[in-house]
Amino acid sequence: MKKEYSTKDLEKKANEIRQDIIRMLVKAGSGHSAGPLGMADVFTALYFNVLKHDSKRPDWEERDRLILSNGHICPVRYAAMAHAGYFPIQELDTFRKFGSRLQGHPERERLPGLETTSGPLGSGLSQASGIAYVGKHIDKTTWRVYCVMSDGEQEAGQTWEAAMFAGKNRLDNLCAIIDRNNIQIDGFTEDVMPLESLKAKYEAFNWHVLEVDGHNIEGIVDACNQAKAIHQKPTVFICHTIPGKGVSFMENDFKWHGAPPGVSNMPGEPAKEDQVGIALKELRTLQGKIISEHE
Amino acid sequence: MINPKAYLTEKLFQDDIEKVPTRNGYGEGLVQAGEENTQVVVLCADLTESTRSEAFQKKFPERFIEVGVAEQNMASLAAGMALAGKIPFISSYATFSPGRNNEQIRTTIAINNVNVKIAGAHAGVSVGPDGATHQALEDIALMRVMPRMNVIYPCDALEAKKATLAAARMKGPVYLRFARAGTPQFTTEKTPFQIGKAEVFHEGKDVTIVACGPLVYEALLAAQQLEGEGISVEVINNHTIKPLDQNTILESVQKTKALVTVEEHQIAGGMGSAVVEMLAQRFPVPVEMVGIKDRFGESGEPSELWDAFELSCPHIMQAVQKVIKRKIA
Ligand SMILES: Cc1ncc(C[n+]2csc(CCOP(=O)(O)OP(=O)(O)O)c2C)c(N)n1
Ligand SMILES: [Mg+2]
Repeated sequence: MKKEYSTKDLEKKANEIRQDIIRMLVKAGSGHSAGPLGMADVFTALYFNVLKHDSKRPDWEERDRLILSNGHICPVRYAAMAHAGYFPIQELDTFRKFGSRLQGHPERERLPGLETTSGPLGSGLSQASGIAYVGKHIDKTTWRVYCVMSDGEQEAGQTWEAAMFAGKNRLDNLCAIIDRNNIQIDGFTEDVMPLESLKAKYEAFNWHVLEVDGHNIEGIVDACNQAKAIHQKPTVFICHTIPGKGVSFMENDFKWHGAPPGVSNMPGEPAKEDQVGIALKELRTLQGKIISEHE
Repeated sequence: MINPKAYLTEKLFQDDIEKVPTRNGYGEGLVQAGEENTQVVVLCADLTESTRSEAFQKKFPERFIEVGVAEQNMASLAAGMALAGKIPFISSYATFSPGRNNEQIRTTIAINNVNVKIAGAHAGVSVGPDGATHQALEDIALMRVMPRMNVIYPCDALEAKKATLAAARMKGPVYLRFARAGTPQFTTEKTPFQIGKAEVFHEGKDVTIVACGPLVYEALLAAQQLEGEGISVEVINNHTIKPLDQNTILESVQKTKALVTVEEHQIAGGMGSAVVEMLAQRFPVPVEMVGIKDRFGESGEPSELWDAFELSCPHIMQAVQKVIKRKIA
């Protein structure tokens, strides 16, 4: 039966997931740091509270569907899936390596439980809407569809084609979660291509919009429950997160979008030899707030 | 024997040959093109550093346009700018441009017949750990079947720079294909480069290898080793896939009467297919094709993937040996 986790348990879990993200990136020697660390609390809430799922039966017909549209943050999904029992935590070491099920961008054909393939931005909400349409209008199912997106991919036209479709078709079994971390590759979103007001945009497309603190696990769970009570509209969370959350030198810095720790010296950052140690220590000690016996 | 008129580097077969990604040549070419012609503008879709558009952005900020993650918009924005008299280069990864925005390129660039240059970086499995979604393996096929499109795939960074400049100087739509990983820099300033003109890099009489992109270097390695085994191989650098230099290829194949094609792209619809379509009509000979065999890429290190997908020197050598047997039979 489903285990009930306290908020404290979930926060601890999110922290372990963050440490595993750092470890996998270091092993891989490439990959994305900022987005995965920023979304660890959301993925913990999803896999350990919100989602109806069974790691031993990834294709269970009754499961909720979680579509990851911004595939480059897959380290957080892989780590959360490993902790939820989909595969051994050790397998995280194979991330981005030849022959691995944990491809650099997620591929559904390789790893059970992924639902879809992503990496190229902007196509997740369409797929999620297609699934939700079948659930609501054709097969009349009880499962829900969650779609994690990034803020950068709100710049892709396809996102809005899907938003229009979901609004038109009143897909109230669909809950989209936008990682509003304000960064993309070339800089801050509002410099590259301003997105605000995101809330007004989605409302204009007939969506129910909630602003959510992406680091408050209880709040994320509450918002998911609220969304279930919204009728005749899809819900979107504008989920405010700190990219690189938990590692001070990565936080709010777009340079860490696609860089792993320990690989290169960057101006203003700790020396590459020190990056991994600092990152893991900060996560273990909650940036110095707690001192473990081992320090 | 290396063709002396190709002026390849003296370091050709030395271990310490410099390795540079071809996308770097694009970056350098853009800056020079911008200096030569004030009409050159560069558009990028949130990949300014990794497509190497950054140098142009720094030098000519007023002629650099950031469009965000919006490749379809970028293609047609560029078409609009070309209609307004500019020479736009659009930069992204090949899977997104000309992948995602293919129809925009077809209608608003090619049917429109406007002067837009499409730069697709991160082509081939050598993209590495990012995996299949980011490794463009179908882009040559998409672009070479499009009327009016010119298709160029440089073999090293210096040739990439020359190709970028040549594309800026010519009128009409051009697709330029680049790689992510560092590959040997083996041509020199003196190596000839002209759009539509294939170059014989290694002269031989038993088999012709027609190659493109960074695998030209692997073909040269294969030719050199086969020479030691008494097999004389001609290696042609076919950087322009369209328009195809029929004469250079035909002349060589009429001499050798056997062909191996080499490319980091699906065999179906790629550079080799273009060559074989031509030869089937004009001078059929036994052919072996080295390329991706109807599958997607995957995560791994670039050289590991070249081996796993059977693209590197030993596989080219095997293809040569195989085609020679068929030639005798
Ligand atoms: C269609 C498409 N174009 C370009 C890219 C390259 N790309 C990968 S991540 C990214 C940044 C987008 O911003 P966001 O997803 O918000 O990044 P994050 O917050 O995770 O750093 C880009 C442009 C892509 N994956 N897909
Ligand atoms: Mg972002």
